[in-house]
Amino acid sequence: MSTAPDAKLAQDTAPLSGAEIVLKALAEQGVDVIFGYPGGAVLPIYDALFQQNSVRHILVRAEAGAVHAAEGYARSTGKVGVVLVTSGPGATNAVTGLVDALMDSIPLVCLTGQVPTHLIGNDAFQEADTTGITRPATKHNYLVKDVKNLSKTIHEAFHVARSGRPGPVVIDLPKDVLMAKTEYAPAPAKAHPTYAPRTEPDQKAIAQAVDLMLGAKRPILYTGGGIINSGPDASAALIELAHLTGFPTTSTLMGLGAMPASDPLFLGMLGMHGTYEANLTMHGCDVMVNLGARFDDRVTGRLNAFSPNSKKIHADIDPSSINKNVRVDVPVVGDAGKIVRAMIAEWKRRVAAGAKPDKKALADWWTQIEQWRKRDCLAYMRSTDIVKPQYALERLQALTAHRDDVFISTEVGQHQMWAAQFMKFQKPNRWMTSGGLGTMGYGLPAAMGVQIAHPDALCIDVAGEASILMNIQELSTIVQYRLPVKTFILNNQYMGMVRQWQELLHGSRYSESYMDALPDFVKLAEAFGCVGLRATKVSEVDDVIKEMIAVKRPVVVDMCVDQKENCFPMIPSGAAHNEMILGPSDKQPGTGGGNGGKGPISEEGMVLV
Amino acid sequence: MPHTPAAIERHTIAVIVDNEPGVLARVIGLFSGRGYNIESLTVAETDAAKHQSRITVVTTGTPMVIEQIKAQLDRLVPVHRVSDLTQEGAHVARELALVKVISKGNERVEALRIADIFRAKAIDSTIGSFVFEITGSGEKIDAFVNLMVPLGLAEVSRTGIVAIARGETRM
Ligand SMILES: Cc1cc2nc3c(=O)[nH]c(=O)nc-3n(C[C@H](O)[C@H](O)[C@H](O)COP(=O)(O)OP(=O)(O)OC[C@H]3O[C@@H](n4cnc5c(N)ncnc54)[C@H](O)[C@@H]3O)c2cc1C
Ligand SMILES: Cc1ncc(C[n+]2csc(CCOP(=O)(O)OP(=O)(O)O)c2C)c(N)n1
Ligand SMILES: [Mg+2]
Repeated sequence: MSTAPDAKLAQDTAPLSGAEIVLKALAEQGVDVIFGYPGGAVLPIYDALFQQNSVRHILVRAEAGAVHAAEGYARSTGKVGVVLVTSGPGATNAVTGLVDALMDSIPLVCLTGQVPTHLIGNDAFQEADTTGITRPATKHNYLVKDVKNLSKTIHEAFHVARSGRPGPVVIDLPKDVLMAKTEYAPAPAKAHPTYAPRTEPDQKAIAQAVDLMLGAKRPILYTGGGIINSGPDASAALIELAHLTGFPTTSTLMGLGAMPASDPLFLGMLGMHGTYEANLTMHGCDVMVNLGARFDDRVTGRLNAFSPNSKKIHADIDPSSINKNVRVDVPVVGDAGKIVRAMIAEWKRRVAAGAKPDKKALADWWTQIEQWRKRDCLAYMRSTDIVKPQYALERLQALTAHRDDVFISTEVGQHQMWAAQFMKFQKPNRWMTSGGLGTMGYGLPAAMGVQIAHPDALCIDVAGEASILMNIQELSTIVQYRLPVKTFILNNQYMGMVRQWQELLHGSRYSESYMDALPDFVKLAEAFGCVGLRATKVSEVDDVIKEMIAVKRPVVVDMCVDQKENCFPMIPSGAAHNEMILGPSDKQPGTGGGNGGKGPISEEGMVLV
Repeated sequence: MPHTPAAIERHTIAVIVDNEPGVLARVIGLFSGRGYNIESLTVAETDAAKHQSRITVVTTGTPMVIEQIKAQLDRLVPVHRVSDLTQEGAHVARELALVKVISKGNERVEALRIADIFRAKAIDSTIGSFVFEITGSGEKIDAFVNLMVPLGLAEVSRTGIVAIARGETRM
C-alpha cells in the first residue's frame, strides 16, 4: 500500500497560510503557551489559533503584562517565552518588557503584527516602525516581507533568543504575509549559518584560572544570573565547586537560588543592599571567581575602590561582558555550567598531582568572615505592634519553608530588596525579579507566567503598593484562568525606595513619593474576583499568611507595614564596599559608614542612580 | 588599583556583514547608543553572491573601549567577522574625495598646479570651475583641501576610509 504515506506527504507539503505557518513553527519549537492580545494586524493568527489546539493562548489585559508573563514563564522553566501582539500600540506597549528581558538575559520571541507590506511607510492605521523602535530593545529583530522566509525566520529567532547570552527577539509580521500561502519548512539542522556563540571553554584559560584559585589565600566565588541561564546543572556544579574548594560564595540579585541560601558557604547577596559579610569578603579577597555575573554598578559600587587587591577571573558566555566595567586577569569565555565542570576537573587533577591549596590561609579567611557574619547585618528594630516589612517577609519565609514548590516574584523597590534578603532560595529558577531595568509592574504578570508553567506551585508576587498599580489589570487575567497567584503587598504608602533616597540624599524632602489616594486593596481584589486580606498589626500577620496559602484562589494581601522603614545594609551610590551604611544610626553625616567623616554620600555619588 | 587615564587610540576596523535591511542601522545604533565615536564609516556590498557587505569604521577610544567595540560588533547576529586592521598589522587605508574649486586667473592656475603635485585629476571643468578627484590617506586629502581654501574651494565630498590588510592575509 503506497497511498497512505503519499497522502501524508501531500498533506505536509500543502501550502499553508503565513498564520498557519507561524503556529506550526511554534509547535515545532516546542511552544505550548503564548501570551498575547489581539488586534487588526494579527487577526489571521488569532483565526488560526482558534482552529488548532497544540498552542495555548493566554489573553492578558495589556501587552506589558504579556511580555512580563512570558519572562516569568521563561525564567521558571528555562524555555523561550512567547508573546503575540498587534501592530502599532500593541508593539509599543511591549517595548518595556523587551528591554527588561534584554537587560536580564531572558529568552523571548515576540511576534508583532504589522500593516501590509505595501502600506509600510505610509503612516497607515496602527503603523509603527516596530523594527526601528525595537532595534536597541532586542537582541535581534526581523521584518518578514515574504511568506517564503517565514518558517526559516521563526526557527532562527528561537535559536538566537536561546543561544549565547539569551535575550528577546522580535519578528514583525505584515498582515499580507500572514495571509499569503506557501509550503512549511521544518527547522533546519543548523538554525543560523554563522550565529553560534562559543560554549566550550578554552582549556588554557581554565588552567590559568585554577592556578590562581589554588594559590588563593582569601578567595570568593561571585556568582550571577549566568548560572541560572546555563541551567540547573550549572547550579549543581557550582555547589560542587564551592564544597570542593571550600570557597565562600556570594551571589548577585539575579543569581539567587543557584547556591542554596542554607548552605554554610553562602554569604548571601552582595552589592548595594547585599550583606556585610558578602561585601567585605569581596572587598578583601585576593582571588575573585566571577561565574556568570556582569560587574553591574549595583554590585561594584565605586569602580576604583572595587575589590582593590584581587586577581579576577571572569567566566561569561558573552565576550562583550568581559572587561566592560572591570578589567580582569583571566577571562574564560563559555557556558557557565561547562566552565564550572571544567574547573572542578582541573582542580581535582592538579590536587591529585600534588598541588596543595593553602588550607591554613583559607581557615583564617573563614575566621574573619565569621566575624563579619556576627555583625548580623539584616537585624532590624523589632516591634510588637506595627508590622515591620522585614518581619512580614520573615514570617512568609518561615510559613513556606517546608514547601519545595515556592516561586517568588517581585516588583521594584524596597520590598524587592527585602525579599532578596529575607526569602531563602534553595533552588534555581524560583526567583523572578527585574534586576537590570528595575521595572515596576513586572512582578504580578511574571507570577502569572510562572503559575501557568507550574499550575500547582505556590507563586507569590512580593509587591509594593505603588508598583502593583502599574500592572494591576492582570488580576483579571489571573481570575480568568483560575490561577491561584498570591499578591503580597508590603503597603508602606510610600514609594519607599524613592523616599529612602530622598531621606539620604535630598534632606528628607519627600517630593511626590507619597501615595495620597491609594485604593482599598481588599475591595480592589474583590472587584476583580480575588480574595482580599489585610493585616495591620503583628498579631495578624501569621493568620493572614496562612489563609493566603490555604485559599486555592488568587489572593491579594494588603500587608500594612511601617511607613518609615529603610532598607539596610546600603552602599550609597559612588561609595565603596567598605563604606556601607548598616542601619538608621549610620546615616547621620559624620558617622556615615567609613567615608572619612564626610557623611555617607559624596558629591560624585549624588549624580549616580 | 590606581586608575591612570588610558591613552586614546585610533583604530580602523573592518566588519563583514550580511547585506540585509537594517544592518547599517544596527551598527550605527550600537555606536551612538553606547557613546562610541565614529570618525569615518563606509559600507558597500563586496560579495553579491553571498549578499555580504564590508563596513570599514574608524573609531577612537581607550584600549578597553576598542575591545568593547569589537566584542559588541561581533555579537550582532548579521555580523560574520570583525577585524581590527590597526591591531592586526600593516594595512593600507585610502579615501576618495571630489573637490570643487571655483576661481579665475592666477588662483585657477595655482589650483591646477597643486592638484598636479597631489596627483589629483580634474574630472570636470568649466571656464570658472574644476572638480578634482583625489585619493589617498585622510591626511593627504585634508592637506589638499586646506590648500584649496584660498584658491576658491567651493564644495567637498568625501567617501570615508576604506582599508585592507597588506600582504597575503585575508579577512
Ligand atoms: C532597586 C534595585 C536594587 C538592586 N540592588 C542590587 C544589589 O544590591 N545587588 C545585586 O547583586 N544586584 C542588585 N540589583 C540588580 C542589578 O541591577 C543587576 O541586575 C544585577 O546585579 C545583575 O546580575 P548579574 O551580574 O548576575 O548579571 P545578569 O544580568 O543576570 O547577567 C548575566 C551575565 O551572565 C552571562 N551569561 C548568560 N548566560 C550565560 C551562560 N549560559 N554561561 C555563562 N554566562 C552567561 C551574561 O552574558 C551576563 O554577563 C538591583 C536592582 C534594583 C532594581
Ligand atoms: C516603571 C518605573 N518607574 C519608576 C521607577 C523608579 N522607582 C524605583 S522604586 C520606586 C518606588 C516603588 O514603590 P513601591 O512599589 O511602593 O515599593 P517600596 O519601595 O515602597 O517597597 C520607584 C518609583 C521604576 N523603578 N520603574
Ligand atoms: Mg511602597
